[in-house]
Amino acid sequence: MPSEPSPLADQPLKFEAKNLSRSFGHGKKLVEAVKNVSFGIASRDIISIVGQSGCGKTVLAKMLLRLETPSSGTLSFNGKPIGNERDAREHWRSVQAVFQDPFSAFNQFFTIRSQLKSSFKLFKRKPEEEEMEARVDAALMAVNIKPKEVEGKYPFELSGGQMQRMLLARIFILRPQVLIADEPTSMVDACSRANILDYLMKLKQELDMTIVFVTHDIGLACYISDSIFIMHEGEIVEQGPPAQVTGSPSSAVTRQLLDDIPDVHRPWIKRGALD
Amino acid sequence: MSSPIFEVDNLRAHYLTRFGQKIQAVDGVSFSLKAGEILGIAGESGCGKTTLVSACMGLYIPPLHLSSGDVRIEGKSIIGMNVEQNRRDILGRKISMIPQGALNSLNPTRKVKDLATDMILSHDETADKRQVHARLRERFRKLGMPADDVLNSYPVQLPAGMKQRVVIGISTLLDPRVVIADEPTSALDVSTQKAVIRLLFELMDQGIIGSMLFITHELPLLRHVSNNIAVMYAGEIVEMGTIEQVIFDPRMPYTQALMGSMLSADSGHRDQKPVSIEGAPPNLAHPIQGCRFAERCPVARPDCKENQQVIRIVKDRQVRCQYAE
Repeated sequence: MPSEPSPLADQPLKFEAKNLSRSFGHGKKLVEAVKNVSFGIASRDIISIVGQSGCGKTVLAKMLLRLETPSSGTLSFNGKPIGNERDAREHWRSVQAVFQDPFSAFNQFFTIRSQLKSSFKLFKRKPEEEEMEARVDAALMAVNIKPKEVEGKYPFELSGGQMQRMLLARIFILRPQVLIADEPTSMVDACSRANILDYLMKLKQELDMTIVFVTHDIGLACYISDSIFIMHEGEIVEQGPPAQVTGSPSSAVTRQLLDDIPDVHRPWIKRGALD
Repeated sequence: MSSPIFEVDNLRAHYLTRFGQKIQAVDGVSFSLKAGEILGIAGESGCGKTTLVSACMGLYIPPLHLSSGDVRIEGKSIIGMNVEQNRRDILGRKISMIPQGALNSLNPTRKVKDLATDMILSHDETADKRQVHARLRERFRKLGMPADDVLNSYPVQLPAGMKQRVVIGISTLLDPRVVIADEPTSALDVSTQKAVIRLLFELMDQGIIGSMLFITHELPLLRHVSNNIAVMYAGEIVEMGTIEQVIFDPRMPYTQALMGSMLSADSGHRDQKPVSIEGAPPNLAHPIQGCRFAERCPVARPDCKENQQVIRIVKDRQVRCQYAE
Protein backbone atom coordinates (compact mmCIF):
# COMPACT_ATOMS: atom_id res chain seq x y z
CA MET A 1 0.00 0.00 0.00
CA PRO A 2 1.57 3.29 -1.03
CA SER A 3 1.74 5.59 1.89
CA GLU A 4 2.39 9.23 2.26
CA PRO A 5 2.99 10.36 5.78
CA SER A 6 0.95 13.20 7.08
CA PRO A 7 2.57 16.54 6.10
CA LEU A 8 4.08 17.06 9.52
CA ALA A 9 4.36 13.48 10.73
CA ASP A 10 8.01 13.31 11.76
CA GLN A 11 7.67 16.08 14.29
CA PRO A 12 6.31 15.15 17.67
CA LEU A 13 2.85 16.63 18.06
CA LYS A 14 2.35 19.73 20.16
CA PHE A 15 -1.27 20.81 20.10
CA GLU A 16 -2.00 23.34 22.78
CA ALA A 17 -5.01 25.32 23.84
CA LYS A 18 -4.47 28.19 26.26
CA ASN A 19 -7.30 29.88 28.14
CA LEU A 20 -9.77 29.23 25.34
CA SER A 21 -13.10 30.95 25.86
CA ARG A 22 -16.09 31.40 23.65
CA SER A 23 -19.21 33.36 24.42
CA PHE A 24 -22.31 34.10 22.38
CA GLY A 25 -24.60 37.11 22.58
CA HIS A 26 -24.03 40.05 24.86
CA GLY A 27 -25.47 41.95 27.78
CA LYS A 28 -28.10 40.02 29.70
CA LYS A 29 -28.23 37.28 27.14
CA LEU A 30 -24.53 36.53 27.27
CA VAL A 31 -23.85 32.82 27.18
CA GLU A 32 -20.38 31.65 28.03
CA ALA A 33 -20.20 28.35 26.22
CA VAL A 34 -16.56 27.63 26.99
CA LYS A 35 -14.71 29.26 29.87
CA ASN A 36 -10.95 29.39 30.14
CA VAL A 37 -10.09 25.93 28.95
CA SER A 38 -6.41 25.03 28.68
CA PHE A 39 -4.81 21.74 27.79
CA GLY A 40 -2.14 20.13 25.69
CA ILE A 41 -2.50 16.97 23.64
CA ALA A 42 0.37 14.53 23.24
CA SER A 43 1.11 12.26 20.27
CA ARG A 44 -0.82 9.03 19.82
CA ASP A 45 -3.32 9.69 22.55
CA ILE A 46 -7.05 9.31 22.48
CA ILE A 47 -8.53 11.93 24.72
CA SER A 48 -12.23 12.18 25.43
CA ILE A 49 -14.27 15.24 26.22
CA VAL A 50 -17.35 14.10 28.13
CA GLY A 51 -20.33 16.13 29.28
CA GLN A 52 -24.08 16.57 29.07
CA SER A 53 -25.73 18.31 26.14
CA GLY A 54 -25.11 22.02 26.28
CA CYS A 55 -21.93 21.80 28.34
CA GLY A 56 -19.88 23.33 25.55
CA LYS A 57 -18.08 20.24 24.31
CA THR A 58 -19.02 20.73 20.67
CA VAL A 59 -18.05 24.41 20.76
CA LEU A 60 -14.70 23.38 22.18
CA ALA A 61 -14.24 20.76 19.45
CA LYS A 62 -15.09 23.33 16.80
CA MET A 63 -12.56 25.73 18.27
CA LEU A 64 -9.87 23.05 18.11
CA LEU A 65 -10.75 22.73 14.43
CA ARG A 66 -10.78 26.49 14.13
CA LEU A 67 -14.31 26.35 12.72
CA GLU A 68 -15.32 28.55 15.63
CA THR A 69 -13.21 31.59 16.49
CA PRO A 70 -12.34 31.79 20.19
CA SER A 71 -13.51 34.95 21.97
CA SER A 72 -10.24 34.91 23.84
CA GLY A 73 -7.30 32.58 24.33
CA THR A 74 -4.93 31.01 21.86
CA LEU A 75 -4.55 27.80 19.99
CA SER A 76 -1.20 26.62 18.73
CA PHE A 77 -0.23 23.65 16.62
CA ASN A 78 3.40 22.54 16.71
CA GLY A 79 4.41 25.92 18.00
CA LYS A 80 2.58 27.87 15.30
CA PRO A 81 -0.36 29.97 16.48
CA ILE A 82 -3.58 29.57 14.53
CA GLY A 83 -4.99 33.02 14.12
CA ASN A 84 -6.42 34.03 10.78
CA GLU A 85 -8.15 32.04 8.08
CA ARG A 86 -4.94 31.28 6.21
CA ASP A 87 -3.56 29.59 9.32
CA ALA A 88 -6.82 27.67 9.59
CA ARG A 89 -6.47 26.35 6.03
CA GLU A 90 -3.01 25.11 6.83
CA HIS A 91 -4.35 23.69 10.09
CA TRP A 92 -6.90 21.53 8.23
CA ARG A 93 -4.12 19.65 6.49
CA SER A 94 -3.16 18.20 9.87
CA VAL A 95 -6.44 18.25 11.77
CA GLN A 96 -9.62 16.66 10.42
CA ALA A 97 -13.01 15.87 11.84
CA VAL A 98 -15.79 13.30 11.91
CA PHE A 99 -19.20 14.54 12.98
CA GLN A 100 -22.41 13.06 14.27
CA ASP A 101 -24.43 12.94 11.06
CA PRO A 102 -22.53 11.22 8.25
CA PHE A 103 -25.20 12.11 5.68
CA SER A 104 -24.63 15.82 6.11
CA ALA A 105 -20.94 15.32 5.43
CA PHE A 106 -21.47 13.87 1.97
CA ASN A 107 -23.04 15.47 -1.08
CA GLN A 108 -26.17 13.53 -2.07
CA PHE A 109 -25.62 14.16 -5.78
CA PHE A 110 -22.24 12.51 -6.22
CA THR A 111 -21.19 8.92 -5.81
CA ILE A 112 -19.42 8.02 -2.61
CA ARG A 113 -16.35 6.90 -4.46
CA SER A 114 -15.93 10.16 -6.34
CA GLN A 115 -16.29 12.04 -3.08
CA LEU A 116 -13.69 9.89 -1.38
CA LYS A 117 -11.40 10.56 -4.31
CA SER A 118 -11.93 14.28 -4.05
CA SER A 119 -10.31 14.21 -0.60
CA PHE A 120 -6.99 14.15 -2.43
CA LYS A 121 -7.59 17.80 -3.31
CA LEU A 122 -6.42 18.64 0.20
CA PHE A 123 -2.98 17.20 -0.53
CA LYS A 124 -0.24 19.55 -1.54
CA ARG A 125 0.66 17.20 -4.39
CA LYS A 126 -2.09 15.13 -5.88
CA PRO A 127 -1.00 11.53 -6.55
CA GLU A 128 -1.37 9.77 -9.91
CA GLU A 129 -4.83 8.58 -10.94
CA GLU A 130 -3.97 4.90 -10.44
CA GLU A 131 -2.52 5.50 -7.05
CA MET A 132 -5.59 7.44 -5.98
CA GLU A 133 -7.83 4.53 -6.96
CA ALA A 134 -5.62 2.10 -5.10
CA ARG A 135 -5.66 4.23 -1.99
CA VAL A 136 -9.43 4.63 -2.03
CA ASP A 137 -9.70 0.83 -2.26
CA ALA A 138 -7.26 0.40 0.59
CA ALA A 139 -9.17 2.88 2.75
CA LEU A 140 -12.44 1.07 2.09
CA MET A 141 -10.84 -2.24 3.01
CA ALA A 142 -9.53 -0.64 6.21
CA VAL A 143 -13.11 -0.06 7.35
CA ASN A 144 -14.15 -3.54 6.23
CA ILE A 145 -16.17 -2.58 3.17
CA LYS A 146 -15.51 -4.30 -0.12
CA PRO A 147 -14.90 -1.60 -2.76
CA LYS A 148 -17.40 -3.42 -5.01
CA GLU A 149 -20.20 -2.90 -2.46
CA VAL A 150 -20.17 0.86 -2.87
CA GLU A 151 -19.23 1.02 -6.56
CA GLY A 152 -21.51 3.58 -8.22
CA LYS A 153 -23.56 4.09 -5.05
CA TYR A 154 -24.89 7.36 -3.69
CA PRO A 155 -24.96 8.26 0.01
CA PHE A 156 -28.71 7.66 0.43
CA GLU A 157 -28.29 4.06 -0.67
CA LEU A 158 -26.25 3.12 2.39
CA SER A 159 -27.23 2.74 6.02
CA GLY A 160 -26.15 5.16 8.75
CA GLY A 161 -23.56 2.74 10.07
CA GLN A 162 -22.05 2.22 6.62
CA MET A 163 -21.95 5.97 5.97
CA GLN A 164 -20.19 6.55 9.27
CA ARG A 165 -17.59 4.04 8.10
CA MET A 166 -17.26 6.01 4.83
CA LEU A 167 -16.39 9.08 6.88
CA LEU A 168 -13.70 7.04 8.59
CA ALA A 169 -12.48 5.78 5.21
CA ARG A 170 -11.95 9.42 4.29
CA ILE A 171 -9.81 9.79 7.39
CA PHE A 172 -7.79 6.71 6.36
CA ILE A 173 -7.09 8.48 3.05
CA LEU A 174 -6.28 11.88 4.50
CA ARG A 175 -4.21 10.60 7.42
CA PRO A 176 -4.35 13.79 9.47
CA GLN A 177 -2.18 14.03 12.52
CA VAL A 178 -5.16 14.80 14.68
CA LEU A 179 -8.74 13.62 14.32
CA ILE A 180 -11.58 15.34 16.11
CA ALA A 181 -14.52 12.94 16.43
CA ASP A 182 -17.66 14.66 17.67
CA GLU A 183 -20.23 12.06 18.80
CA PRO A 184 -19.42 9.73 15.88
CA THR A 185 -21.49 6.92 17.35
CA SER A 186 -24.67 8.69 18.35
CA MET A 187 -26.53 8.00 15.10
CA VAL A 188 -25.30 4.44 14.84
CA ASP A 189 -27.11 1.57 16.51
CA ALA A 190 -25.59 -0.35 19.36
CA CYS A 191 -24.53 -3.25 17.14
CA SER A 192 -22.19 -1.20 14.95
CA ARG A 193 -21.03 1.12 17.70
CA ALA A 194 -18.27 -1.24 18.83
CA ASN A 195 -17.16 -1.36 15.21
CA ILE A 196 -16.72 2.40 14.90
CA LEU A 197 -14.78 2.51 18.16
CA ASP A 198 -12.51 -0.25 16.92
CA TYR A 199 -11.70 1.69 13.75
CA LEU A 200 -10.81 4.74 15.83
CA MET A 201 -8.38 2.61 17.82
CA LYS A 202 -7.00 1.21 14.58
CA LEU A 203 -6.33 4.77 13.36
CA LYS A 204 -4.36 5.38 16.50
CA GLN A 205 -2.43 2.13 16.41
CA GLU A 206 -1.68 1.89 12.70
CA LEU A 207 -1.38 5.52 11.65
CA ASP A 208 -0.20 7.04 14.94
CA MET A 209 -3.15 9.35 14.96
CA THR A 210 -4.09 11.51 17.90
CA ILE A 211 -7.84 11.51 18.51
CA VAL A 212 -10.09 13.90 20.38
CA PHE A 213 -13.30 11.98 21.05
CA VAL A 214 -16.34 14.02 22.10
CA THR A 215 -19.25 12.15 23.70
CA HIS A 216 -21.92 12.29 26.37
CA ASP A 217 -21.45 8.63 27.24
CA ILE A 218 -18.68 8.18 29.75
CA GLY A 219 -18.84 4.42 29.15
CA LEU A 220 -17.66 4.82 25.56
CA ALA A 221 -14.99 7.30 26.63
CA CYS A 222 -13.75 4.83 29.18
CA TYR A 223 -13.51 2.11 26.59
CA ILE A 224 -11.32 3.87 24.08
CA SER A 225 -9.46 6.77 25.65
CA ASP A 226 -6.14 7.29 27.36
CA SER A 227 -7.40 10.28 29.27
CA ILE A 228 -10.81 11.77 29.96
CA PHE A 229 -11.81 15.41 30.40
CA ILE A 230 -15.16 15.99 32.07
CA MET A 231 -16.85 19.23 31.03
CA HIS A 232 -19.64 21.01 32.82
CA GLU A 233 -21.08 24.44 32.02
CA GLY A 234 -18.12 25.36 29.84
CA GLU A 235 -15.42 24.35 32.27
CA ILE A 236 -13.30 21.26 32.63
CA VAL A 237 -14.15 19.97 36.07
CA GLU A 238 -12.12 16.80 36.13
CA GLN A 239 -9.44 15.10 34.09
CA GLY A 240 -7.34 11.98 34.29
CA PRO A 241 -6.94 8.44 32.99
CA PRO A 242 -10.21 6.46 32.67
CA ALA A 243 -9.51 4.17 35.61
CA GLN A 244 -9.03 7.13 37.91
CA VAL A 245 -11.94 9.21 36.60
CA THR A 246 -14.45 6.36 36.76
CA GLY A 247 -12.93 4.52 39.72
CA SER A 248 -12.61 7.40 42.14
CA PRO A 249 -14.37 10.42 40.64
CA SER A 250 -13.61 13.61 42.53
CA SER A 251 -16.36 15.71 41.01
CA ALA A 252 -20.11 15.42 41.53
CA VAL A 253 -20.63 15.91 37.79
CA THR A 254 -18.59 12.80 37.00
CA ARG A 255 -20.47 10.76 39.59
CA GLN A 256 -23.75 11.91 38.05
CA LEU A 257 -22.61 10.98 34.54
CA LEU A 258 -21.56 7.52 35.71
CA ASP A 259 -24.79 7.08 37.61
CA ASP A 260 -27.02 8.01 34.70
CA ILE A 261 -25.76 5.38 32.27
CA PRO A 262 -28.17 2.48 32.17
CA ASP A 263 -26.16 -0.66 32.70
CA VAL A 264 -27.48 -4.19 32.75
CA HIS A 265 -25.44 -5.12 35.77
CA ARG A 266 -26.58 -2.53 38.28
CA PRO A 267 -29.74 -0.75 39.38
CA TRP A 268 -30.55 2.45 37.53
CA ILE A 269 -33.94 3.96 38.24
CA LYS A 270 -36.54 3.65 40.96
CA ARG A 271 -40.22 3.59 40.05
CA GLY A 272 -42.47 6.24 41.54
CA ALA A 273 -39.95 8.98 42.18
CA LEU A 274 -40.50 12.02 40.00
CA ASP A 275 -38.20 14.85 40.95
CA MET B 1 -55.39 -12.63 35.58
CA SER B 2 -56.60 -9.60 33.70
CA SER B 3 -57.22 -9.82 30.00
CA PRO B 4 -54.73 -8.13 27.67
CA ILE B 5 -55.52 -4.57 26.58
CA PHE B 6 -53.37 -4.67 23.47
CA GLU B 7 -53.15 -7.69 21.21
CA VAL B 8 -51.23 -8.04 18.00
CA ASP B 9 -52.09 -11.22 16.19
CA ASN B 10 -49.89 -12.61 13.43
CA LEU B 11 -49.45 -9.14 11.95
CA ARG B 12 -47.84 -8.88 8.53
CA ALA B 13 -47.24 -5.59 6.71
CA HIS B 14 -45.40 -4.80 3.51
CA TYR B 15 -44.20 -1.86 1.47
CA LEU B 16 -45.08 -1.68 -2.19
CA THR B 17 -42.51 0.34 -4.09
CA ARG B 18 -43.08 2.34 -7.26
CA PHE B 19 -41.41 -0.41 -9.22
CA GLY B 20 -43.83 -3.02 -7.94
CA GLN B 21 -41.37 -4.53 -5.51
CA LYS B 22 -42.93 -5.96 -2.38
CA ILE B 23 -40.91 -5.65 0.81
CA GLN B 24 -42.25 -7.68 3.71
CA ALA B 25 -41.06 -5.43 6.54
CA VAL B 26 -43.16 -6.99 9.30
CA ASP B 27 -43.72 -10.70 9.08
CA GLY B 28 -45.94 -12.64 11.45
CA VAL B 29 -45.53 -10.61 14.65
CA SER B 30 -47.71 -11.62 17.61
CA PHE B 31 -47.69 -10.37 21.18
CA SER B 32 -50.05 -9.05 23.81
CA LEU B 33 -49.80 -6.47 26.56
CA LYS B 34 -51.63 -6.45 29.88
CA ALA B 35 -52.42 -3.29 31.84
CA GLY B 36 -49.31 -1.85 33.45
CA GLU B 37 -46.98 -3.88 31.31
CA ILE B 38 -44.08 -2.54 29.25
CA LEU B 39 -42.85 -4.64 26.36
CA GLY B 40 -39.46 -3.72 24.97
CA ILE B 41 -38.66 -4.29 21.31
CA ALA B 42 -34.98 -4.58 20.49
CA GLY B 43 -33.20 -4.94 17.19
CA GLU B 44 -30.69 -3.23 14.94
CA SER B 45 -31.52 -0.50 12.42
CA GLY B 46 -33.61 -1.74 9.53
CA CYS B 47 -35.12 -4.71 11.32
CA GLY B 48 -38.66 -3.38 10.99
CA LYS B 49 -39.09 -1.77 14.39
CA THR B 50 -40.43 1.51 13.08
CA THR B 51 -42.66 -0.16 10.49
CA LEU B 52 -44.11 -2.23 13.30
CA VAL B 53 -45.13 1.04 14.99
CA SER B 54 -47.24 2.20 12.03
CA ALA B 55 -48.63 -1.29 11.58
CA CYS B 56 -49.64 -1.53 15.25
CA MET B 57 -51.43 1.80 15.09
CA GLY B 58 -53.46 0.70 12.08
CA LEU B 59 -51.96 3.58 10.14
CA TYR B 60 -51.53 2.14 6.67
CA ILE B 61 -50.49 4.98 4.41
CA PRO B 62 -49.04 3.88 1.06
CA PRO B 63 -46.46 2.61 0.36
CA LEU B 64 -47.19 0.67 3.58
CA HIS B 65 -49.92 -1.95 3.25
CA LEU B 66 -51.44 -4.52 5.55
CA SER B 67 -50.87 -8.10 4.38
CA SER B 68 -52.77 -9.98 7.07
CA GLY B 69 -53.29 -10.18 10.80
CA ASP B 70 -55.16 -8.21 13.42
CA VAL B 71 -54.52 -5.55 16.08
CA ARG B 72 -56.98 -5.28 18.98
CA ILE B 73 -57.20 -2.68 21.73
CA GLU B 74 -59.40 -3.71 24.64
CA GLY B 75 -60.81 -6.46 22.47
CA LYS B 76 -61.79 -4.21 19.53
CA SER B 77 -60.02 -4.46 16.23
CA ILE B 78 -58.55 -1.23 14.88
CA ILE B 79 -57.72 -2.71 11.50
CA GLY B 80 -59.71 -2.02 8.38
CA MET B 81 -60.91 1.55 8.94
CA ASN B 82 -59.85 4.41 6.70
CA VAL B 83 -57.06 6.76 7.68
CA GLU B 84 -59.37 9.69 8.56
CA GLN B 85 -61.51 7.62 10.88
CA ASN B 86 -58.42 6.04 12.41
CA ARG B 87 -56.91 9.48 13.08
CA ARG B 88 -60.08 10.76 14.75
CA ASP B 89 -61.15 7.79 16.83
CA ILE B 90 -58.11 5.66 17.48
CA LEU B 91 -54.91 7.69 17.35
CA GLY B 92 -54.37 9.75 20.46
CA ARG B 93 -57.41 8.31 22.25
CA LYS B 94 -56.73 4.60 22.22
CA ILE B 95 -53.18 4.39 21.01
CA SER B 96 -50.58 7.09 20.80
CA MET B 97 -46.95 7.27 19.86
CA ILE B 98 -43.87 9.13 20.96
CA PRO B 99 -41.87 9.59 17.78
CA GLN B 100 -38.18 9.05 17.22
CA GLY B 101 -37.35 12.54 16.05
CA ALA B 102 -39.50 14.13 18.73
CA LEU B 103 -37.26 17.17 18.82
CA ASN B 104 -38.33 18.08 15.32
CA SER B 105 -41.99 17.19 15.63
CA LEU B 106 -43.09 20.45 17.21
CA ASN B 107 -44.07 23.26 14.88
CA PRO B 108 -41.49 25.99 15.58
CA THR B 109 -43.85 28.86 14.74
CA ARG B 110 -46.49 28.08 17.36
CA LYS B 111 -46.52 28.14 21.12
CA VAL B 112 -46.67 24.83 22.94
CA LYS B 113 -50.12 25.61 24.32
CA ASP B 114 -51.53 26.23 20.83
CA LEU B 115 -50.08 22.99 19.55
CA ALA B 116 -51.60 21.07 22.45
CA THR B 117 -54.95 22.81 22.04
CA ASP B 118 -55.00 21.86 18.37
CA MET B 119 -54.48 18.27 19.31
CA ILE B 120 -57.50 18.27 21.64
CA LEU B 121 -59.72 20.27 19.28
CA SER B 122 -59.03 17.93 16.39
CA HIS B 123 -60.54 15.11 18.42
CA ASP B 124 -63.32 17.09 20.05
CA GLU B 125 -64.51 20.10 18.07
CA THR B 126 -66.90 21.26 20.76
CA ALA B 127 -64.27 21.67 23.47
CA ASP B 128 -63.98 25.12 25.05
CA LYS B 129 -60.58 26.69 24.54
CA ARG B 130 -60.30 28.08 28.05
CA GLN B 131 -61.20 24.80 29.64
CA VAL B 132 -58.68 23.12 27.42
CA HIS B 133 -55.98 25.51 28.59
CA ALA B 134 -56.81 24.85 32.21
CA ARG B 135 -56.69 21.13 31.57
CA LEU B 136 -53.30 21.47 29.88
CA ARG B 137 -51.88 23.40 32.81
CA GLU B 138 -53.13 20.82 35.24
CA ARG B 139 -51.72 17.91 33.27
CA PHE B 140 -48.30 19.50 32.72
CA ARG B 141 -48.08 20.38 36.41
CA LYS B 142 -49.01 16.83 37.36
CA LEU B 143 -46.12 15.60 35.26
CA GLY B 144 -43.67 17.82 37.09
CA MET B 145 -43.13 20.42 34.36
CA PRO B 146 -43.21 24.18 35.01
CA ALA B 147 -46.59 24.43 33.29
CA ASP B 148 -46.99 28.16 32.72
CA ASP B 149 -43.46 28.68 31.43
CA VAL B 150 -43.52 25.70 29.13
CA LEU B 151 -46.97 26.26 27.68
CA ASN B 152 -46.22 29.87 26.78
CA SER B 153 -42.90 29.09 25.09
CA TYR B 154 -42.07 28.41 21.50
CA PRO B 155 -40.43 25.02 21.00
CA VAL B 156 -37.06 26.58 20.11
CA GLN B 157 -36.91 28.20 23.53
CA LEU B 158 -36.95 24.85 25.29
CA PRO B 159 -33.95 22.58 25.87
CA ALA B 160 -33.97 19.19 24.13
CA GLY B 161 -35.02 17.21 27.18
CA MET B 162 -37.94 19.53 27.90
CA LYS B 163 -39.06 19.39 24.26
CA GLN B 164 -39.14 15.62 24.48
CA ARG B 165 -41.18 15.80 27.68
CA VAL B 166 -43.58 18.24 26.01
CA VAL B 167 -44.04 15.81 23.13
CA ILE B 168 -44.77 13.05 25.63
CA GLY B 169 -47.17 15.31 27.50
CA ILE B 170 -49.07 16.22 24.33
CA SER B 171 -49.25 12.70 22.96
CA THR B 172 -50.74 11.37 26.19
CA LEU B 173 -53.25 14.20 26.75
CA LEU B 174 -56.25 12.05 25.85
CA ASP B 175 -55.20 9.21 28.17
CA PRO B 176 -54.46 6.62 25.49
CA ARG B 177 -54.57 3.01 26.65
CA VAL B 178 -51.46 2.06 24.74
CA VAL B 179 -48.39 4.19 24.05
CA ILE B 180 -45.71 3.26 21.56
CA ALA B 181 -42.40 4.94 22.30
CA ASP B 182 -40.11 4.69 19.28
CA GLU B 183 -36.53 5.41 20.39
CA PRO B 184 -37.75 8.27 22.60
CA THR B 185 -34.31 8.96 24.05
CA SER B 186 -31.91 8.30 21.21
CA ALA B 187 -31.20 12.01 20.68
CA LEU B 188 -30.75 12.82 24.36
CA ASP B 189 -27.76 12.66 26.67
CA VAL B 190 -27.72 10.11 29.47
CA SER B 191 -28.95 12.44 32.20
CA THR B 192 -31.88 13.79 30.19
CA GLN B 193 -32.69 10.25 29.14
CA LYS B 194 -33.14 9.32 32.77
CA ALA B 195 -35.55 12.21 33.33
CA VAL B 196 -37.61 11.19 30.30
CA ILE B 197 -37.83 7.57 31.46
CA ARG B 198 -38.95 8.79 34.89
CA LEU B 199 -41.73 10.72 33.19
CA LEU B 200 -42.88 7.62 31.30
CA PHE B 201 -42.94 5.60 34.53
CA GLU B 202 -44.92 8.39 36.17
CA LEU B 203 -47.52 8.25 33.39
CA MET B 204 -47.89 4.52 33.97
CA ASP B 205 -48.02 4.80 37.76
CA GLN B 206 -50.65 7.54 37.69
CA GLY B 207 -52.74 5.40 35.38
CA ILE B 208 -52.71 7.99 32.60
CA ILE B 209 -51.56 5.38 30.14
CA GLY B 210 -52.34 1.68 30.32
CA SER B 211 -49.39 -0.08 28.81
CA MET B 212 -46.41 0.69 26.67
CA LEU B 213 -44.41 -0.66 23.80
CA PHE B 214 -40.86 0.62 24.14
CA ILE B 215 -38.68 0.41 21.06
CA THR B 216 -34.93 0.88 21.18
CA HIS B 217 -31.65 -0.69 20.17
CA GLU B 218 -30.16 0.02 23.60
CA LEU B 219 -30.42 -3.24 25.50
CA PRO B 220 -29.14 -1.80 28.79
CA LEU B 221 -31.97 0.71 28.66
CA LEU B 222 -34.57 -1.99 27.99
CA ARG B 223 -33.29 -3.98 30.91
CA HIS B 224 -34.37 -1.18 33.24
CA VAL B 225 -37.49 -0.01 31.45
CA SER B 226 -39.44 -3.05 30.32
CA ASN B 227 -40.93 -6.17 31.87
CA ASN B 228 -40.60 -8.35 28.79
CA ILE B 229 -38.43 -8.10 25.72
CA ALA B 230 -39.03 -9.12 22.13
CA VAL B 231 -35.99 -9.21 19.87
CA MET B 232 -36.71 -8.44 16.23
CA TYR B 233 -34.67 -9.46 13.24
CA ALA B 234 -35.56 -8.93 9.58
CA GLY B 235 -39.24 -8.34 10.33
CA GLU B 236 -39.74 -11.28 12.67
CA ILE B 237 -39.66 -11.68 16.41
CA VAL B 238 -36.80 -14.11 17.01
CA GLU B 239 -36.86 -14.31 20.79
CA MET B 240 -39.37 -13.15 23.38
CA GLY B 241 -39.32 -13.56 27.13
CA THR B 242 -38.71 -11.84 30.43
CA ILE B 243 -35.69 -9.62 31.14
CA GLU B 244 -34.00 -12.42 33.05
CA GLN B 245 -34.45 -14.81 30.16
CA VAL B 246 -33.60 -12.60 27.21
CA ILE B 247 -30.84 -10.39 28.62
CA PHE B 248 -29.12 -12.68 31.07
CA ASP B 249 -29.70 -16.06 29.46
CA PRO B 250 -30.35 -15.57 25.72
CA ARG B 251 -30.90 -18.73 23.67
CA MET B 252 -31.20 -17.43 20.12
CA PRO B 253 -27.74 -16.87 18.56
CA TYR B 254 -28.83 -13.42 17.35
CA THR B 255 -29.76 -12.28 20.85
CA GLN B 256 -26.46 -13.65 22.10
CA ALA B 257 -24.63 -11.61 19.45
CA LEU B 258 -26.59 -8.49 20.43
CA MET B 259 -25.60 -9.01 24.04
CA GLY B 260 -21.99 -9.37 22.95
CA SER B 261 -22.03 -6.00 21.19
CA MET B 262 -23.01 -4.25 24.38
CA LEU B 263 -20.60 -1.98 26.19
CA SER B 264 -20.62 -1.98 29.94
CA ALA B 265 -19.47 0.94 32.08
CA ASP B 266 -19.77 -1.10 35.24
CA SER B 267 -16.38 -1.63 36.84
CA GLY B 268 -16.78 -5.40 37.12
CA HIS B 269 -17.54 -5.86 33.43
CA ARG B 270 -15.47 -3.11 31.85
CA ASP B 271 -12.83 -5.45 30.47
CA GLN B 272 -15.27 -7.36 28.29
CA LYS B 273 -14.59 -6.33 24.73
CA PRO B 274 -17.74 -5.59 22.76
CA VAL B 275 -17.99 -7.47 19.46
CA SER B 276 -19.94 -6.09 16.53
CA ILE B 277 -22.17 -8.33 14.45
CA GLU B 278 -20.56 -8.52 11.03
CA GLY B 279 -22.58 -8.26 7.85
CA ALA B 280 -26.01 -6.77 7.26
CA PRO B 281 -29.59 -8.02 7.62
CA PRO B 282 -31.00 -9.76 4.53
CA ASN B 283 -32.82 -7.91 1.76
CA LEU B 284 -36.52 -8.39 2.41
CA ALA B 285 -37.49 -7.70 -1.19
CA HIS B 286 -36.83 -11.34 -1.97
CA PRO B 287 -38.56 -14.17 -0.15
CA ILE B 288 -36.18 -15.85 2.25
CA GLN B 289 -36.13 -19.54 2.77
CA GLY B 290 -34.92 -20.85 6.08
CA CYS B 291 -33.51 -18.92 9.00
CA ARG B 292 -33.03 -15.21 8.26
CA PHE B 293 -30.05 -14.92 10.54
CA ALA B 294 -28.25 -17.95 9.09
CA GLU B 295 -25.96 -15.83 6.88
CA ARG B 296 -24.45 -14.09 9.89
CA CYS B 297 -24.95 -16.76 12.52
CA PRO B 298 -21.73 -18.00 14.12
CA VAL B 299 -23.22 -21.44 14.88
CA ALA B 300 -25.30 -21.92 11.70
CA ARG B 301 -25.59 -25.49 10.44
CA PRO B 302 -26.08 -26.50 6.82
CA ASP B 303 -29.84 -27.09 7.08
CA CYS B 304 -30.52 -23.75 8.79
CA LYS B 305 -30.78 -22.08 5.39
CA GLU B 306 -33.31 -24.62 4.16
CA ASN B 307 -35.71 -25.12 7.05
CA GLN B 308 -38.42 -22.58 7.67
CA GLN B 309 -37.96 -21.47 11.28
CA VAL B 310 -40.97 -21.42 13.55
CA ILE B 311 -41.43 -20.16 17.09
CA ARG B 312 -40.55 -22.85 19.63
CA ILE B 313 -40.77 -22.73 23.38
CA VAL B 314 -37.32 -23.18 24.86
CA LYS B 315 -36.87 -22.77 28.61
CA ASP B 316 -40.20 -20.91 28.93
CA ARG B 317 -39.51 -18.31 26.28
CA GLN B 318 -40.27 -18.11 22.56
CA VAL B 319 -37.33 -18.69 20.25
CA ARG B 320 -37.23 -18.84 16.47
CA CYS B 321 -34.32 -21.25 16.07
CA GLN B 322 -34.48 -24.97 15.51
CA TYR B 323 -31.26 -25.67 17.37
CA ALA B 324 -31.68 -23.38 20.40
CA GLU B 325 -31.82 -25.31 23.63
